[in-house]
Amino acid sequence: MMATSKKILEQEPSEIEMLLPWHAAGTLNARDSRRVDEALARDLDLARQYAAIREEYAETIHLNESLGAPSARAMQKLFAAIDAEPARRPQASLNVATRFTGFFANLSPRTLAWSASLGAVLLLLQAGVIGEVLMNKRSGSFETASLSTNEPITREFGAAALPRALVRFAPDARVSDITALLDKYQASIIDGAKGGMFRLQFGNKAMTKGEVADLLSRLQSEKIVSLAVAAQ
Amino acid sequence: MQVLYGRHHVRVFRFGLRLVRSEQVAEDLISEVFLDVWRQAGKFEGRSAVSTWLLAITRFKALSALRRRKDVELDDEAANAIEDTSDDPEVAVQKKDTSEALRKCLTALTAEHREIVDLVYYHEKSVQEVAEIVGIPENTVKTRLFYARKKLAELLKAAGVERGWP
Repeated sequence: MMATSKKILEQEPSEIEMLLPWHAAGTLNARDSRRVDEALARDLDLARQYAAIREEYAETIHLNESLGAPSARAMQKLFAAIDAEPARRPQASLNVATRFTGFFANLSPRTLAWSASLGAVLLLLQAGVIGEVLMNKRSGSFETASLSTNEPITREFGAAALPRALVRFAPDARVSDITALLDKYQASIIDGAKGGMFRLQFGNKAMTKGEVADLLSRLQSEKIVSLAVAAQ
Repeated sequence: MQVLYGRHHVRVFRFGLRLVRSEQVAEDLISEVFLDVWRQAGKFEGRSAVSTWLLAITRFKALSALRRRKDVELDDEAANAIEDTSDDPEVAVQKKDTSEALRKCLTALTAEHREIVDLVYYHEKSVQEVAEIVGIPENTVKTRLFYARKKLAELLKAAGVERGWP
């Protein structure tokens, strides 16, 4: 393995030599990065080549950064062209879940963590507001805001209650997995995460006991769900 | 779209500019790239980074623009001649400025070599991402960059800069 780089003129380059530029740019995976580090530690010629690569890397960045930026004309041209485009077809929004997960996948871990924290706070705030509103009502009924009669038209919540469940996700569940599951079951998170449990609401119509049991059974069999129980 | 444009337009512009070597054409290019993104947003499947997707579109558009420019006989060699009217590598070395000579030689590489050097060093793309953008196998990505670097070393050597490799 000694003096690997000496053979480059006559022979094909070694795998390690070819990986050096990515090592300099910090875009190798951990395994390859370790292999390159080990090779650099024992091969002086390779280390000399790596020093040259570091120079190329720095000057390529310098060269590109010196290219400046486009003028405002490019942006004006773009947005004028977009304005001139026909109205977007509904097809563009069909695959919302995919784009949603793609969006999360492209966020940096730091941004994702902040977004998740902010989302959790907003969710709890929303739950607090809803709770407050409900506590101010005497029973499980609501009245329409537009009627001013003394005897409001009321409906019992129980008659149209949507199925809910308390769900605990597996510790290694990713945001994209959870989003896909919510999409699959037409579910939304209405409260959480108390004790690691999320309160989920399903669909837009009431279910029979049998249907709810079936739903819970399917949920429980999902890989990213560690617990699913019926909830009010 | 404004957020996406704000975040990526400079790098898209620079990548395009290094390929087409004309600010005017590169500016037209980024308008076309982001308009395509606007039209094809539904096709983005999130399997690769947005920047990788953008650079792949930019490359395709740049090559189309270069093909159009061939109609006016502005090939790569002619572009090199236009670009290098200031100090050539030898002059730069006379100024004892190796860094500047290196940048000159980076500019003198062929379009094929320039793009791979830029994608790896400046745009910090992995082997897989470069393969996706350029549309070649991963092993070809590695060997192409190796030979681009070898060519760069030859240009530097011809300019009197000896770096101990190869």
